[in-house]
Amino acid sequence: MTIVLNRIDDRLIHGQVVVGWGQPLDVKFIVLVDDVVAESDWEQELYRMGVPPEMEVRFHTAADAATRLDAYRTETRPGILVTGDITTMGRLVEHGGVRDVNVGGIHHRAGRTQHLRYVFLTADEGDALRRLALRGAVVTAQDVPAARAIPLEELLSSREDA
Amino acid sequence: MSDGADARPGAMKRALVAGHADFAFGLVSAVELITGRGEVLVPIQVKGLCGDDIQQLLYQTMVSSGVRVIFTDLQAGSCTMAARRVLRELGEGTLVAGANLPMLLDFALSSGDDVAAAATQAAERGRAAVSVHGGTA
Repeated sequence: MTIVLNRIDDRLIHGQVVVGWGQPLDVKFIVLVDDVVAESDWEQELYRMGVPPEMEVRFHTAADAATRLDAYRTETRPGILVTGDITTMGRLVEHGGVRDVNVGGIHHRAGRTQHLRYVFLTADEGDALRRLALRGAVVTAQDVPAARAIPLEELLSSREDA
Repeated sequence: MSDGADARPGAMKRALVAGHADFAFGLVSAVELITGRGEVLVPIQVKGLCGDDIQQLLYQTMVSSGVRVIFTDLQAGSCTMAARRVLRELGEGTLVAGANLPMLLDFALSSGDDVAAAATQAAERGRAAVSVHGGTA
């Protein structure tokens, strides 16, 4: 096994990640890639508190995570990599080795348009997702395993009322 | 325990309840149905909000209401994460993660001034109220 899910989720580690994906995929570790969290002991403890004791959490800056992707590919246990934004995931895709990107949660913020119940994007963010696809990543939106994986172009053409 | 007479509209708010989907409204409606004291709890709806917005919503609600107790559903949930940040920002307050109906019933029926102590007692009541019947050993 290896990293079985590369997820963009602005809530980072939360119920959908730990329980929704973590249990059916039998996830043993989570790689949280966020420059702010990687520099804060308090934030790290906050996220550690949210996962069961048998699940390991590792914290990296985007730059640090990029250098460790090869090592994570050799992991024998299944893991989830999560970033809080498209830019951070983009840096990992650009580095190479991230083939699938799961858009799991980008929520409401001023200037964003609602595409799905759990995905709100600005035009620039939509373009950033297209650039991930142009670099070879398969980008889909899917909040939980039981939901359908929505292809990128369908995601970007979708509109929902808030 | 109180007879609930002070929980009619206008009763003092004593705690926020926040969680996934309709968790908060569902539990608070159940507390109201069973005890008539649902008004002491403030259900928080966070659908579609990012973590920062959840934090802001909890903070503003706590400041405006004066409430310093929060019940959330899941230890790993974004409401729990946001609540911990809010309590750190306020420098006070009590968070109980893993709330269930027996817990909120006990809290709603409490009447003392020490809401933190009431929350702690309710947490113990909620923990003890879980039971398993039947099944295999």
